[in-house]
Amino acid sequence: MQNSNDMQIEFASNSLNESFARVAVAAFLSQLDPTVDELYDVKMAVSEAVTNSIIHGYDADPNRTIWIRCAYSDRLVTIEVKDEGKGIKNIDEAMQALFTTSEEDERAGLGFTVMQSMMDQVVVESEVGKGTKVTMTKTFY
Amino acid sequence: MHDTTLIVSLSGEIDHHTSVEIRETVDREYQKRRAKNILFDFSNIVFMDSSGIGLLMGRYRNVSICGGYVGLYNVPTKVDQILNISGIYKLMKLYESKEHAFKSLA
Repeated sequence: MQNSNDMQIEFASNSLNESFARVAVAAFLSQLDPTVDELYDVKMAVSEAVTNSIIHGYDADPNRTIWIRCAYSDRLVTIEVKDEGKGIKNIDEAMQALFTTSEEDERAGLGFTVMQSMMDQVVVESEVGKGTKVTMTKTFY
Repeated sequence: MHDTTLIVSLSGEIDHHTSVEIRETVDREYQKRRAKNILFDFSNIVFMDSSGIGLLMGRYRNVSICGGYVGLYNVPTKVDQILNISGIYKLMKLYESKEHAFKSLA
């Protein structure tokens, strides 16, 4: 029998929720009894995606909404992080290491690079003025 | 402080949210104490995302202007992984211990 489950959360684009989001996803995925490293990798990827939505999607407006859907089917984990922010003009450019449009404080421009290193696959869909959805998958051992 | 080196013992989690306060505290102490170098002790860090890289890059910039160096020690494996991905070790050194760092910076 296939072992599957899913959950969804929505929360304000307040930077305090970066930690809430990664912990919530990790708590849900603990059902798969993952390794400490696997959970850490997922937390990193979620943290990067949520931070992108807050800083770039919503220009640090703390009163917008971010959605996360997390599901697994056997050991295949899928995580979607979605915002209704300003969207990404050029996805290829945005995904390049060290590329950042952020004028706010100090950003390394490594968000997507980290997501790609931590997860097996990262797919970005975005429409300017509509929002961005990042879908990440990873198979746990 | 140790001679002209500010020692920053980090603890907990470094993300976009927490890096704001860390940055302010480090910059304030660096100026107040007229330090030259900064040494970051990572032993109590349990999580760090790429915001931590931005934080270190920014401190590197400030310290370089003053002719100083940034060093890191007690870096946990998972933090070392993202530091490697970022290529930041080209800008700052990882030391085995506080003592090694002092010897090198003296």
